[in-house]
Parts: sequence; structure tokens; C-alpha cells
Amino acid sequence: MPSLLVLIPLFGIILLNLPFRRLNEKYVFWFAVFLLSVQILFTISHHSLFWQQGMGYIDSFFKVDFAIDSLSFIMLLCIAIVSMVSLSVSRYTIPDPRERFKFINLLMIAAIGMNGIVITKDLFSLYVFLEITALSSVVLIAFQKDMNALEGAFKYLILSSIATIMMLFSIALILLVSPGTSFAVIAAALKESPNSAVIIFAMGIFICGLFIKGGLVPFHGWLPDAYTAAPSAVSILLAGIVTKVCGIYTAIRVIAFVFGFNEVIKSLFMFIGLFSILIGALAALGQKDLKRLLAYSSISQVGYIILGFGTGTALGMAGAVFHIFNHAVFKSLLFVNAAAVEKRIGSSDLDRMGGLSYRMPITGSTSVIGVLSTCGIPPLAGFWSKLVIIIALWQSGHYMYGTIAVLASILTLAYLLLMQRKAFFGKLPKELENLKDLKEVGPEFTLPSIILAMITISVGVFFPFVFDKFVVPIKSIFMQ
Amino acid sequence: MSPDTWHILSVFVAFVAVLFVCGIYSILVTRNLLRTVIGIEILIKGVTLLLIVVGYITNQTGLTQSLVITIIVIEVVVMVIAGGIALSMFRNIDSIDTRNLTKLKG
Amino acid sequence: MTINIILLIAMTIATLWTVMGRSLLKATLGLAVTSVVISVLMFRLDSPMAAVFELSVCAGLITIIFVSAISLVKPLTHKEAIVVSKDRMKRFRYLPLLVILFGVIAGFFGIPNDFKPIYVALANDVRTVLWSLRQFDMFGQIVIIIAGALGVVVLFREKEKR
Repeated sequence: MPSLLVLIPLFGIILLNLPFRRLNEKYVFWFAVFLLSVQILFTISHHSLFWQQGMGYIDSFFKVDFAIDSLSFIMLLCIAIVSMVSLSVSRYTIPDPRERFKFINLLMIAAIGMNGIVITKDLFSLYVFLEITALSSVVLIAFQKDMNALEGAFKYLILSSIATIMMLFSIALILLVSPGTSFAVIAAALKESPNSAVIIFAMGIFICGLFIKGGLVPFHGWLPDAYTAAPSAVSILLAGIVTKVCGIYTAIRVIAFVFGFNEVIKSLFMFIGLFSILIGALAALGQKDLKRLLAYSSISQVGYIILGFGTGTALGMAGAVFHIFNHAVFKSLLFVNAAAVEKRIGSSDLDRMGGLSYRMPITGSTSVIGVLSTCGIPPLAGFWSKLVIIIALWQSGHYMYGTIAVLASILTLAYLLLMQRKAFFGKLPKELENLKDLKEVGPEFTLPSIILAMITISVGVFFPFVFDKFVVPIKSIFMQ
Repeated sequence: MSPDTWHILSVFVAFVAVLFVCGIYSILVTRNLLRTVIGIEILIKGVTLLLIVVGYITNQTGLTQSLVITIIVIEVVVMVIAGGIALSMFRNIDSIDTRNLTKLKG
Repeated sequence: MTINIILLIAMTIATLWTVMGRSLLKATLGLAVTSVVISVLMFRLDSPMAAVFELSVCAGLITIIFVSAISLVKPLTHKEAIVVSKDRMKRFRYLPLLVILFGVIAGFFGIPNDFKPIYVALANDVRTVLWSLRQFDMFGQIVIIIAGALGVVVLFREKEKR
């Protein structure tokens, strides 16, 4: 009954908005927590009856089959985890219950959109759900309605509309040769006319649209603005999962299962990936704002995912998906800590920070774990996914790319350690010393950070188990 | 493909391309938020026209019409949200000229 | 085909008017005219349902949204208007040239004739497709309308006093 992933949240939202709004404002948080934890439980247990298609008339209502494989399991898991973290942070950063009620509704709609993107097997439905996710993210970015937020939201809206228009253009051209828009039909139709310039143009423009959505380097202009301007809870959601599902997962799904690989696509992906890694890391080095630094770091990490995917081998693609998961975990961890710091000292300017570890020990120490995982220090999770990607690069004979990717890790280490030293280590500045309120934040922040840090550590330490249980199945679906 | 189909397709694609040029030019050049949104609108019109032509040529007007209807519904929601953002900005700064929006630069 | 070409040229002129027109209100009307011409084209291309939607929603509803948005914006003073319109003329003067050039090039070469468009012999009716084959899209439409309603609630509400 995979269609329940999108149906139940929708009915929940409708029911919550109809009667007894005052009462619902209290329970909406726990309702959302319940839904997301059910999603986590089901995605971990792959063999439950829930995933069997065509159960009863719930699925048959839609008359389409859904993409249920290890790839979608891992994406659904990421969606649930990151949304849960964002939800928890919102409990503290949005104190007014009425505002929070709207926030949680929009968050659930974004989750419906992302779940839909992951489980759909139709190019046009993909567009519909991309638009749902984009619109709810736009409203979430603009949530506090100050000037920066509105500007970031508008930029995001315009660029994502252009991206979806490019996709629609491509769908229109593909319909010239294909009698339908489902993945299988298009894949079969594209094989019939392989070397047509029109079709190659259509594929190229689709991939360009996905690159805009994912914020990869030539199209990354909107991303730091949106991440910085959004409320903290929303930047966690955006950085952790929205751009990854909208841009990267769709690229993986569409290239691997519809368009198919060829040499041009491979070299394009690897080039864009490498470019993103380097530009993102270099830009991050020069940032003075904590959230902005993390945004550029996000671009750089997405570069690794695209680089691994661009190898075109099953191992590289599995590594890319594994890195999406790890990135969702450690980047949300870092953004939660950034939100905590911002809450306590009232700004995210790195120059105003220092020595925060003494006052906020949990935030400081979990942040160290996030930083080390991002740089790829063994035995944390980030190390293993980067290792898999680099091994895949090496095996497919791209020694140059592999070497540069390893060297770029040092750049990552440089800017993140710089951040860590400026924010958490060293001496507390005088102006902050007098700040009475500067103490550890509440459990809304620390609980998610601790859990995310635990996930990072345990995925790293129990890597052989994770490899067998998650990475190998993903590898096998790409083998076909 | 037959010369006749090719002719129809070429003419329509040329005009759709012209629509795209207008839309993109206006998005790039303009400084007014509402005009940017109008540019997006022109681009969407180009896409819907192309979809309908493709449906006409391949005789799947049923499919393309239903796609176009979905696109139009989504388009309205996008316009409402864009208008809402523009209006909120206007309430903040009393102008919808993007020249005033220079605080954030990528 | 001749009528189609005349309609397409009319559409292009309306679009140019939209983009280059001085006042926002005229631009909105130009957009509505573009929409109307496109919906006539859709009628001529065997797509009546889409044409009706285009006519009522794009030419009607969206024009209303734009006009109401414009009416809420403070109008420019006369002096400012002159400056802005001169500025616009400077920035937009290349557009008609570009459009004609691009149109001639595109019309001259056409699209590459290196593939075979399919022809679906047994096509479904639009109602069948929309209601019994693409429910997932319909579901998406419902969700997006709810998202839009929530967005309106968030964006149009007056800022609360602190």
C-alpha cells in the first residue's frame, strides 16, 4: 500500500484543518511525529506487507504501480528523518502555536510532495510532485515575511519554475516519439530512435532543469540565499533533503531507469560534479556567515554525489545514494547546531562567535562529529561513502577525478575546521561573556543532534552490516 | 516523417521558440517583480502550445490535453504564490522594483 | 495552415506588446490577448477541453489576479514613470530585432528531420485519460491547491504587531 505514504498525510491535513482548530493546534505536532515515525519504521522493515502493491482498493484506485526498491526506501527514510528533525527544531524556533500549526501543515505537504517524487514512475507525475515540493518550500522560506526571506523565496520560485518549464519542454519533445509518459514506455520508445538530435536535446534540457533544482555549480545562485534567508527549521529541511530529492534523486532515477547512460552524460555529470566540489569548497572558505558556509559546503558535497553517479558503474551509483543518506544526516546535524547557536547569540556571523563549546557542550561536541564525518575522517559514516565513490572512480579508470576528489577533501577539512575553531573553540569574546542567556539549548535541539550524531557514528562503526543491508541491494538494482 | 507533419511542427516550434526568447529576455532584463512573473507565464504558454501541437501530430490529444489542464491548474497556484510574495515585499518596502533588492547577492 | 500562421503571428505581436508595453496594466491585457489567441489555436488543433481551460483560467482568472495585484501597488508619480519608461526603452530595444532574427533562423532551418513521430491509432478521450488513467496527477492537483490555500493564508495575512 505505498500510496498511503501520500494519502494519509493529505487526509490528516484536511481533517486537522476542518473542525476544532484550537484543539488541533496542540496535537498537530504529535500527529506529524507519529506519521513520520511510522514512515521510518516501515522503510527500515522492507519485507512488511505495507510495501506489497495492489493491496485492496487503495492502490488500485491510482491504477499505476509505484517505484518500490532499495533506492526509494533509502530516500523515504531520509525524508522522514530530516522532516522529523525540522519538526523538532520548529517547536522551539516558532513559539506561537498558531504559526506552528501552519508551519507543520506546510511541512507535511512538502513531505507528501517528496514522497510522491520518490514513489512515482511517471515523468509527468514527477513534474507535478516537484511543483508541490517547490511551492511548499517557497512558502516555508517566506514564512517569517522579512525582506531577505521574501527575496530568497522569490528567487527560488522563479528559478524552480524555469527548471520545471525546461522539464515540461523536454516531456513535450519526448511525447513526439513516445505514446505515454510512464518511465517504462518512455525508456522503450527512446531505444527506438537513439541518435535523434531532437531527443538528445530533450534529454539535455531535462538534465539541465534537474541541475537547477539540485543547485549544482553553474546554476547554484539561488541556493545560498534561500538557505540563509529561510527560518532555521526550514534550512534544515532544504539543505538536508529538498534539493537532494528534487535534483539529485530525480537525476539518478531518470538517468538510470529512463534515459540510460552514454559517454556524453557520464562525462557531463563527472565534470559538473568535480566543478561543484571545487567551487563549493573554495566559496565556503571565504564565508563569514555560518549558514552560508554550510550552504556552500552542501553544494560541494552534492558534487561528490554527482561525481560518484557519473561513473555509471553500479558501485559508484550505490556510493552516491549512500552519500545522499550520510549527507542528509550530517548536514542536518550541522544545521541544527547552527540553528541552536543562532538562537542563543542572535546572529550567525562567525566573527562574533568563539569558545561556544564551554557554554554549549552538547552542541559543540556533536558539531565536531558532523564536521569530521563531512570531511571523511574514519571511522565515521562520511568516510565510507566517500571511500566507495573514490574506489568506483578508481575502478572505472578515472584516476584524475579520483585524485582531485581526495584532495578536495582536504579543502573540506580546511573550511570546516576553520568554522569549528571560530565558533566553538578558542576564547569566548567579551561581548558574549556578559550574555547571561548563553547556555546549552533545550532538548528540541540537543535530542536531534545527539540522535543524528549517533546515526553517523553507528553507520560508520557497523559499516560492514550497513554495506550488506543497504548498499549491496542498491548496487544490485543498478546492475540490471 | 512526412513533409506535411514536418512543416506543421517546424512552424509551431519556431513560434514557440520566439515565445521563449520573449519570456527569457523579459526575465533577464526586467527589474519589476510582476514583470518577471509575466515572463514565466509567457514561457508556460509556449510549453502548453508545444504540448498541444505534439498531441495533434501524434494523435494523442487526449493525453496532452489532460497534461495541459494539470499544468494550467498548477500555473494558477504558482501565480497566486508569486503574487503573494510580491505583495508582501511591497508591504515591506513600498515598491516592487528589484533594484531595491540588492542585499543578497549569490 | 495559413490561418494558423496568421494566428501565430498575432500571438507573437501580442507577446511583444506584453513584454515591451509601458504600463503593467497593458502588459497584463497583452498577456490575456496572447492567451485568447493560443486558445483559438488549441481549438483548431483538436483540443477543445484544453482550449476552454486556457480561455477561462489563463485569460480570465490569471488576468484578474494580476490586475488585483497591480491595483494594490502604489502607482509611480509622473516623473518617475517617464524615467522608468525611458529606461525600459533602452533595455528592450533589441528584443524585436532578436525575435525576428531568431524566428527567421528557426523558420528557415526547421527542426531536424531525423526521427519518426509516432501515430497512436486508438487514442483515448481526454475525459478517460484525466479521470481514469491519471488519478495520481489529479491527486497532485488536490495537494497543490491545498498548498496554495495555505500559502495564501501565510502570505496575505497582515504582519502581526510585535
